[in-house]
Parts: sequence; C-alpha cells; structure tokens
Amino acid sequence: MDERDQVLASLIEQVVAARAAHARLEIRGGGTKRFFGEPSEGEPLDVTALAGISSYEPTELVVTARAGTLLADLEAVLEERGQCLPFEPPRFARGGTVGGMVAAGLSGPARVSAGSVRDHVLGVTLLNGRGEVLSFGGQVAKNVAGYDVSRLMAGAWGILGVICEASLKVLPRALAGATLHFDCDEQRALECLRYWASQPLSISGSAWYEGQLRVRLTGALTAVRSTCEKIGGTALVPEEAQAWWRSVRDQTHDFFALGEADLARGESLWRLSVPAARAAINLPGRQFIEWGGAQRWWRTTIDAGEVRAAAARDGGHATLVRSSDKSAGAFSPLSDVLMRVHRGLKLAFDPDGVFNRGRLYAGL
Amino acid sequence: MMRGAMRRKPRDALETNMNTSLQGDAPAQRDAAASGDAPTLGDAPVHGDAAASREQRQADVVAALARVLPRAAILFRNEDTVAYECDGLTAYRASPLVVVLPETDAQVQAILRTCHGMGVPIIARGAGTGLSGGATPHRLGIILSLAKFNKIRNVDAEACTAVVQCGVRNAAISEAAAPFGLYYAPDPSSQIACSIGGNVAENAGGVHCLKYGLTLHNVLRVRGFMVDGEPVEFGSEALDAAGLDLLAVVVGSEGMLAVTTEVTVRLIPKPQVARCIMASFDDIEAAGAAVASIIAQGIIPAGLELMDRAMTAAVDAFVHAGYDLRAAAILLCESDGTAEEVAEEIVRMEAVLNAAGASRLEVSRDEAQRLKFWSGRKNAFPASGGISPDYMCMDSTIPRRRLAKMLRAIQQMEITYGLRCVNVFHAGDGNLHPLILFDAGQPDELRRCERFGADILETSVRLGGTVTGEHGVGIEKLNSMCVQFSPAERAQFLAVKQAFDPLCLLNPGKVIPTLNRCAEYGKMHVHHGMLPFAALPRF
Repeated sequence: MDERDQVLASLIEQVVAARAAHARLEIRGGGTKRFFGEPSEGEPLDVTALAGISSYEPTELVVTARAGTLLADLEAVLEERGQCLPFEPPRFARGGTVGGMVAAGLSGPARVSAGSVRDHVLGVTLLNGRGEVLSFGGQVAKNVAGYDVSRLMAGAWGILGVICEASLKVLPRALAGATLHFDCDEQRALECLRYWASQPLSISGSAWYEGQLRVRLTGALTAVRSTCEKIGGTALVPEEAQAWWRSVRDQTHDFFALGEADLARGESLWRLSVPAARAAINLPGRQFIEWGGAQRWWRTTIDAGEVRAAAARDGGHATLVRSSDKSAGAFSPLSDVLMRVHRGLKLAFDPDGVFNRGRLYAGL
Repeated sequence: MMRGAMRRKPRDALETNMNTSLQGDAPAQRDAAASGDAPTLGDAPVHGDAAASREQRQADVVAALARVLPRAAILFRNEDTVAYECDGLTAYRASPLVVVLPETDAQVQAILRTCHGMGVPIIARGAGTGLSGGATPHRLGIILSLAKFNKIRNVDAEACTAVVQCGVRNAAISEAAAPFGLYYAPDPSSQIACSIGGNVAENAGGVHCLKYGLTLHNVLRVRGFMVDGEPVEFGSEALDAAGLDLLAVVVGSEGMLAVTTEVTVRLIPKPQVARCIMASFDDIEAAGAAVASIIAQGIIPAGLELMDRAMTAAVDAFVHAGYDLRAAAILLCESDGTAEEVAEEIVRMEAVLNAAGASRLEVSRDEAQRLKFWSGRKNAFPASGGISPDYMCMDSTIPRRRLAKMLRAIQQMEITYGLRCVNVFHAGDGNLHPLILFDAGQPDELRRCERFGADILETSVRLGGTVTGEHGVGIEKLNSMCVQFSPAERAQFLAVKQAFDPLCLLNPGKVIPTLNRCAEYGKMHVHHGMLPFAALPRF
C-alpha cells in the first residue's frame, strides 16, 4: 500500500489527530458484526472507502484485498476463477468487509477441515496507533521472517490497529459434494463424528440439531462417493443442502434467531469452543453442534458463570454472543499471565489506546 | 545459509542433513567466528579484564543454579559445553556461560526464575538442528537444553491429538500415532532428528505443507513458561482460545517470546495411498509453468518439488533415485488419499503435465518406487556435499509465477560471482533452496558466496517474496531483515518482543536486527556494494 493513497492518508490523519487529542476511535467496516463481542468506545473510523482487490493471481492461490472490500465482491471474484475462501466466513448481513472478516476471525462450517481465517492470513498491512503503516507477512505461504504479526490480527477485533489490506490464501472449490442426513440423538451423533474424524474421509462440515445430524462431504468425485457408501445416511437434494449449509454459515438458521422477546426473558446465545471429542454438555436450553463437536452453540437462560464453567471443564471457553446482558463479559476471562501479555501487546501496537477500546476486554 | 555445512565424505544422510558437524572440521568459519567469542550477541565490548569478570559471572550463575538443580544437570567446563557451541549452522560458534539440562517443569521454572533475577540471557535449545543459528549461544547466557523433555505423554486416537514434551523428535510423534492410523503431518527434512519444540520455534514446514500446512496449522496448544518462570498456555485443546491468538505469534518466534515445554499436536488420518509422478522437462521455465498449471487446474498436490539438472545429477549419483538425467528439470508431483481419489487425481495431473510440455512422465508403481523418487529429493543437501567441498543453502520464498525469472537471475549470478549453484525448490510453495557451491579453501570463494547469497535474498524480496520460508532468521539472516522490513516495522517487532519479555533475556540478539545494525548494513551496502564481516554483530 502506498501512503500517498488519499484514502489511506486520510485514515492516517484521523489516527494521528485522535492520538494527539487523546481521543478514541471505533474502526468501522460494514458494521455487520457489531453485535458480537463487547461494544467499543470512540468515534467511528470508517474504512469502507479503502476498498478494492489489489492483486489476485489464481495460480498463486493468493488474493490481496483492501480492508473495505465487500466480502461479497471478493467471493464473487474468486468464484469466477473456481476458487473460494475455504474457511467460509459467516456473513451476518450484507455489507460485511474483508477487514472485518479478518478482525473478527470467525470461520464457518468448513473450519474443521479447511482451517480458520487465521490459518489463511498470509500478510496484513496495518495502521498502528502511532499512525505508522506497517506490512507483515506477505503473499507467500511459507514465510518465517520475523514474528507472525499478520496472523495475530485475525480475531484481534481491531484492538491492535487498523487492518488496511490483507493477503489471504485461497483454494480451488471442491469438485464434488454431498450432504448426508442421519436421525440420531446427541450422544450417538458425537460418537459418530468422533469416529469419522479419525478416518480418512472427506468430511467438510457437520451439524447436529434436534435429533438430526447432517454431514457434508467435499472433494474428488470418487472420494465423496466412497465416503457416502462408508458412512450411509440419506442424501439431501443438492440445492436444499446448499441452502441449508448457507443458513448455518450465515446464522440465518432458526436456531440463531433470538428475537426481542427471547432476549427479554433472559435467553442468551452462547458459543462454546471445546475439544471436539468432549462428551455431551448438559445445560438447560437448546443446542446446535458444529465442527465435529468442537463448536457447540447454546441458547440458554442460565448464568454466565455456569456456562463458562461447563466450557472450561475440558479446557474450552465460552463466548456470550447475543444477550440483553453482557455484564459477565462477552469473552471468557483470561489468566493473569495472558492478560499481562495482552496489555503488553496493546501497548506495543497502540500505546495511547486509540483503537476499539474495550471491544475485546475492558481496559484493552 | 549453511556454511561449512558439509564434510567431504558425509557418513550418512542424517548427519549431513542435520549438519551435526561438531568435530571442529568445519572449514569455513569466519575469522570472527573462529576466534571463539563471536557472535557476542548483545555483549558489551570485551575489554582487558572481561575474561576475569566473565569467570566471576559464571561462578555466580553456577552457584545460583546449583541451589535449584542437581549438579549433574549443570555444565560449565569447556570440554562439557563445547557440544553446545553451535546448532546446525556450524559457522557461527560461541561458548555458552553455562549449559543446563533440566528434566522437570519445576526445574525449568526454577532456572528461569534464577536467570531472570540475575539478568542472565536464556537460549532454549532442542535438538540443535536449526539452520539459521537460532540456538547459537550467548557468551554471558545459559543454554537451556530441553533434550530430556523427550516423553510422549499421550496419544488420543479418539481426539486425534498427541500431547508430547518439547524434546520429542518430529518423526517419533508419527511413529507413536501409526498404530492408530494417524500421523503428524509437517515433515521437515530433518524430521528424524529435530524436536517438536524446535519445530514450534521455527514454524517448520516440509515437503507436504502445500496440502497439510505448516507447524502452526497442526499445533493446538503450547505449554511452557514466560521468561520470569510464570507457567503459561497458548492455544487450547479446542480449535481456538479466548483473546488474541497468541499461539500464532508464539509459533515461529524462535525462542524469543516464551519457553515451550509441552506441545499438543493435531494428528490426521494417514492417507491410504500415495503415488508420485516424476515429470521431466527439457526447459526449466516450462517446468515452472507446469507448477502454475497444476494449481490453475484446481489441483493441490500432496507434494510438488522441482530440481534442476545439476541437482538431479548430484543426487542421482548419490542415491541412484532413477532420475531422468537428460531433463533440464524434473518435477515430483504427489497425490495422496483413498485409492479411488488418487487414481482420479493422478490422471488429472498427468494430463496437465503433458499439456505443459513434459518430455517424460513416470508414475510410481508401488511404495518402494515412490520412496525412491523422494530419496533423491530428501538427500539434496548431502548430495551437494558430494560434488563440492562446501555449500551454502538459501531458503527464500517467492511467488510461484516468478520461479522462471528467479532461475534466470540465479544463472546470471553464477556468472557474476563465478560460482556454481544447484537448485531444489518446494515448487508448490515457491520456497527455494538454492545451494551455492564453493570451496572455503580457495581465497575469496566464501566472500563471493556470501555476496551471491545476499543477492538471492534481496532478489527474492524484490520479486515479492521473503528472505526465509522455513529455516528462520536466527542470526544468519539478521542483515536480510533490514532489507525486507522498514525501521518502523522492525521497531514494531521489538515492541512485540518486549510485551512478552521486557528485559529481553530470551534469545537476545536474534531474529530482529537493531536499528543501528541495519543503518550500518545499508551504508556499507550502498558505499561498497559488498559487505565485509557480515557475521559481526553490529549494535
């Protein structure tokens, strides 16, 4: 990126001015994930004008896009060349941007086979709290020059700086796919998923909800066919399957729809991230299981402490995603030593606390 | 760069690959390195009574450590510490103040507390196979050898994870997982000797990372200690952890942010079948273009490697891999998965390679032949030792499409510097390992070789790449970091270091060059067009 770029220059100017005035800025892309995490303090710093795909060479499996590029635009360009973002980032609403996708670090159903957003970040150009434009990583998959600062930006929710541009690893779309349906209870579903995970199958997504397990297979035609034969189940019509997985990825599925009334009576949406092989978690409420058991969504009215204790039992953590009361904190609290490192990193990138104050944890 | 890496008569592939040349016959030590007190990373200049004060310091540190460790776990006499004077980069040596060999977490913690309290630098060391000098000792620091942390704590076949101590060898993990049909995917060439702790420090790759990822993509959790001895855990057994993704920055941090003692790795089901195509090309640029075509067709091979004619000749003489010696370049292209999947993919690969102008294709008939194809590639380094007294191994990465351009540039450099270079690439990743051949016994060859190497790295950066793909910066590529990163970027790296290690006691002087060093490098570069004594620390 070129600092003479007018849009970038204006962002730098705003950051420098905010710093000088001891003011705070809330980095804003499409604003489609503002409900997620903690609210942040400060005046909006709009990065949507910093848009456009800077380079895309399909044979390199790399795309570089500026932060304000619409995720939908990026995906359309990739699709033209038969490629995709393999981690299937959720699109909670129209208008989501590439910068927001990286900053939030959220991945969809394919996370379990393809890896996360972070795994696909190859490089980031960052505007830090001193108003400096810095590039880390690059456009190549193997790169160990210096600390991997670019991947640290995935899921940092903007507390370390403004992502101006990101280079992402992309992959060819799978040649074939199928979705299989099974009627089974939670325990049986978890057992099956655990067993399948240890087998060389081409499973690229799984979801269990109310006695129904759905498993998505992708890969070479023969591989998909042989996996279908091995694991059985009933195949879904492709169009129906695609629409259904889209509803899981983008959380438009009914399970995720918490209305005002649900929130008002104290119901919350939780994301529990736990070891996939973990046995059933018993909480009052309703559950939606993804990622072979590693991501368990709960709608429940019980106390945050109880949910977090349940998640932590096997080394997991719990995020309070939607709730009328986030006083318990959106993200699981950190150990003292990790909080010390977090404070140190905040100071290292944004010494005056200009960016997204409180978005991740209070005081950061 | 791997300087003085080869002995004339390598005993076996492992030894030469690992470059465990500890007999002191490394021929190419620089003057500064040979004097025994270089690189004096972070040291104050050595004055008259420095030796005496170092002795006193050593006595104090030994006494303090003796309070928390058994005497047998503390080495400080020269004859005991000489084996720790270098890692796989043998040209850089220094005498450590003390070497400690803890066996328990409690001992590691006590060592760190002691050193932190006394301001003693700590250099963690795994198997010592690193190629960039990341474990080079500090004259006033300790070597924290984690060799005794060699137990596999648990292989959980249901969860597809293994919990291993940091000193466990990379290959030992896959061996332990094999009975369950699982394995650990990253496979650096040194995998029979290198440790998982070292792999975490370097974010090690291997020949299969195009499809299966780097160390970072295959590690779930790292446990260990902060510099002050505080226990810490990065990542978790779940697929993510709360807060910033610190695991991502700790992996590949070359022992500068924390000390790793235990690693939880992800195991994956072993593919039922793997087959490899050996494709010959009459023209090296056509081979480079074939790599792009394979990817363009939506194929992600399990491995995709390129060797030029000089390289294939050297390795074939060494291991008789059956390579096509008339070809200007050969590509090894591997498919793995279920039998049906592989059959389908091999057909697609063959079609692409033929269309890209391959002059000959040979598909491995069985596992024995597949391994034979790979034996040549995996022995590229030792084979180079068979054709030259010394070589220097580079490790830059460039965008794949620049491969042909880079190869032409290297051919031109061979003329410019009057030295030969053989080329082996992780072509699928754009990661180059040009091996510059030289004879340290000939006047001026080492110097020309270093300039050749620096030229390759700088050309790589210019082509949109990076100075190190998988070997790490260590001390070897400190100057090249000045070329790749701006002063503000380097200052940001130093600030990251401080967030973890405010006193800069963990592996000080590695990875991130100081601003002064870069200023001086730039100056010399511009004014003289060459760099004398590149190994001398410049702070």
